[in-house]
Amino acid sequence: MASGNNLAVEMKGITKRFPGVIANDRVDFELEKGEIHALLGENGAGKTTLMNCLYGFLNADEGEIFINNKKVEVTDPNVAINHGIGMVHQHFMLVPPFTVTENIVLGKEPTENNMIDYKTANQNVRDISKQYGLNVEPTAKVQDISVGMQQRVEILKALYRGADILILDEPTAVLTPQEVEELVKIMESLTDEGKSIIFITHKLKEVQSIADRVTVIRSGKLIDTVKTDTVTTNELANMMVGREVILEVEKEEANPGEVVLEVEDLYAKNDRDLMALNGTSFSVKRGEILGIAGVDGNGQTELTEVLTGLRKKEKGTIKFKGREITKPQTKRLFEEGISHIPEDRQKRGLIMEFKLYENLILGRHDRKPYASGLNLNNKKIKEEARRLIKEYDIRTPSETVQAKSLSGGNQQKLIIAREFDRKPDLLIAAQPTRGIDVGAIEYIHNSLIGQRDNNKAILLISLELDEILSLSDRVAVIYEGKIVDILDIEDATEEKLGLMMAGAESEEVKGGGQVG
Amino acid sequence: MVDKNISERKAKYLQKQRLVDLIVPIIAIIAGLIVGAIFMLIIGAEPIKAYIVLWNSSFGSLRGFGEMLVNTVPLIFTGLAVAFGFKIGLFNIGGDGQFLVSYLAAAYIGYMFQLPMYIHLPFALVAGIIAGGVWGGIAGYLKAKLGIHEVITTIMFNYIALHLVGYLVGGPLKAEGPLPATPKIFDTAKLPRFVPNMRIHYGIFLALAVAVLIYYILWKTTFGYEVRATGQNPDAAQFGGINVARNMVLAMFISGALAGLAGSTQALGLEYRAYQPFGFVGYGFTGIAVALVGKGHPVGVVLGALLFGVLSRGAMMMQSMVGVPKEVIEIIQAIIIMFIASEYIFKYLARKWRERKGGVADAS
Ligand SMILES: Nc1ncnc2c1ncn2[C@@H]1O[C@H](COP(=O)(O)OP(=O)(O)OP(=O)(O)O)[C@@H](O)[C@H]1O
Ligand SMILES: [Mg+2]
Repeated sequence: MASGNNLAVEMKGITKRFPGVIANDRVDFELEKGEIHALLGENGAGKTTLMNCLYGFLNADEGEIFINNKKVEVTDPNVAINHGIGMVHQHFMLVPPFTVTENIVLGKEPTENNMIDYKTANQNVRDISKQYGLNVEPTAKVQDISVGMQQRVEILKALYRGADILILDEPTAVLTPQEVEELVKIMESLTDEGKSIIFITHKLKEVQSIADRVTVIRSGKLIDTVKTDTVTTNELANMMVGREVILEVEKEEANPGEVVLEVEDLYAKNDRDLMALNGTSFSVKRGEILGIAGVDGNGQTELTEVLTGLRKKEKGTIKFKGREITKPQTKRLFEEGISHIPEDRQKRGLIMEFKLYENLILGRHDRKPYASGLNLNNKKIKEEARRLIKEYDIRTPSETVQAKSLSGGNQQKLIIAREFDRKPDLLIAAQPTRGIDVGAIEYIHNSLIGQRDNNKAILLISLELDEILSLSDRVAVIYEGKIVDILDIEDATEEKLGLMMAGAESEEVKGGGQVG
Repeated sequence: MVDKNISERKAKYLQKQRLVDLIVPIIAIIAGLIVGAIFMLIIGAEPIKAYIVLWNSSFGSLRGFGEMLVNTVPLIFTGLAVAFGFKIGLFNIGGDGQFLVSYLAAAYIGYMFQLPMYIHLPFALVAGIIAGGVWGGIAGYLKAKLGIHEVITTIMFNYIALHLVGYLVGGPLKAEGPLPATPKIFDTAKLPRFVPNMRIHYGIFLALAVAVLIYYILWKTTFGYEVRATGQNPDAAQFGGINVARNMVLAMFISGALAGLAGSTQALGLEYRAYQPFGFVGYGFTGIAVALVGKGHPVGVVLGALLFGVLSRGAMMMQSMVGVPKEVIEIIQAIIIMFIASEYIFKYLARKWRERKGGVADAS
């Protein structure tokens, strides 16, 4: 189609095998200069693998790679970097105690008399940052800045190394809606400067609004490359999953029963010793989903941690199934019937080096049928693991591989399988669909509704307003550690919630609504 | 059909993985020996002769073999101690101190009491286990409750043990006579020797049994699961309701007890009393190397302890018989550790080699 010399990248017949899996099966991919090209596919379809081959992180078993129309053997990332490719990984690769500048110049430090010249380095970083509107403070430590900022540091790192072709692996999965908007602006300013971007995402809306073209892969095979303005989101979903996907959640009217969780006037501090929960109160009933909406950093993390015994509360009462829990202890809470899908699967949810079957028993490992007395019942554990893998459609060659060899979305399914299988009375789901493909989201959403209809209480904490709106029966808006208001789903509109999330009192919002 | 293909390929992959695990130490040993030979040539010694002595010192006679095992026993214990600590993510370099307190505790029980053997020997061993365990457990407690790094506390506790044991054996517990040592233990507290006229004692079987036990604990019990989970990802372990602090204390107790067993068996099987220490014997330190060479796996630790047992016996014999300074053996040990620790390089080279080979095969 396009004239050959307009291509920044061309990959031909890329095949990459892992033990038991063909992650890429003769995939062709091309990126034109100056375009934003989305890469779409289910969890485990092979998107990250394909990009790792381009970046030299992995070596393809077969196939050829052309960069700027020149055939290149990308044996390791240095080759890719020298050819102007930069990659921002799905999971960041930064050194937290280092400053922004130190992270950016790492391995390519400007030196003067064999000493790192931080003045020049800081200035360089500031210059590039300004050029693309990234607004990063060079002297801040990475551990002190937000996830969105960390991502910009990753982007800067690539630009600093002279990247013309940027690979962004699920950049929006970890961002708040506001941060996504800012990222899109940055991406546009980058393409204006003639850079080309490959952009992996699971969010179909983003594909449509950000990308020029999209390549869809399924089970390691290329399905098609199309212009985004020639397809609908539904068509895209069908292409990637290979069947009809229902993007809308269908659910019956909720039928709430007795109160399962009652939180009153809860106070808790964050890691920096500042008060993060300032008198939070709400309750969740059996058979309903209470959604907690809010901008990231308004106490959501602390709330889940207090409710699961991972963080100390300063003040307030928590009642679970009618009994007050004075000293929440993780183990006790589990045993009494709380399950928890943590927001950060790599940090809390999984032990990456552990096999799947070992991960699937975390939290239940000392109970029947997984243990008898002090001994683990490994045979039973593996049997149950195989059952869960099948039931929850976790894509893996077997239960004996390490969790880290699964694709991001399948790692999430692993956690979901474990937590659902506990048969809890209360399920706390924090960001349950972060980084998950539409097919799996459909599955997880339906499962959550199923749990609700099964008379469980569900506390859903999500930064995705869409998700809150489509699942919840009631919506509580959290702002600066306080519940601003709790709305029935019929009264909750995107605009109203948006205003309340920004701190507006619900009276003002209601008043505004009447005028408008 | 597809499934069969997958499991076949997986089996092949696992085989290859195991092969790599075996080949790396072998290459490391060969490399160590080559470098050692170069050093010998430089100082004008004859490497071939020296290596024949090295081999014969352990495998040339039954007696030599037995002596080599005598060296191996404490290394299995200290190697397991370090390996167990690694598993929960703690670095126990206090093996030498734990060795000493157990050494004295076991000897003390051995000479203070007169009991039938089936009570006396276990009593002495348990006393040693508790002494070493407490010594390690304190470090675990300080880490879990106050966050004091275990490397610092275990080193400090090494010196406390050295001087405490030195004082006790030189003073309050000293036997009459010129020797700076405790009285001799009773026969009922001795680990029996099982080959006439040789020093090798039942400690070797105890060591092997403990290695099996540690394997069992780590991979077949819920406690072992919690230890490994905590070592790999403490946040996730906590999320799973695991009591991280309690497990740290317990794991360091076990680690200390393991190192302690090296000391008790030394007292009960070999020396039959506790001598005043001049300094650290270094079993705790060598245990770190053993655990590294053994990849933290109990089977690997046993093999690693054998290797170091052979080398340390060979060092003595090479020095006395062909005049090669024992430092050469230390160089060889260092090279072996270095190579094994830099396994990454091997893996990288192996991959490159496979890729090249794979490419050619595909083309043909
Ligand atoms: N290092 C590895 N070892 C073994 N298998 C792997 C490895 N990395 C990826 N795989 C497998 O390759 C397949 C493709 O994985 P990949 O990470 O490319 O998926 P993805 O499209 O990026 O998915 P996601 O959207 O969930 O991130 C998966 O089946 C995965 O289990
Ligand atoms: Mg991926």
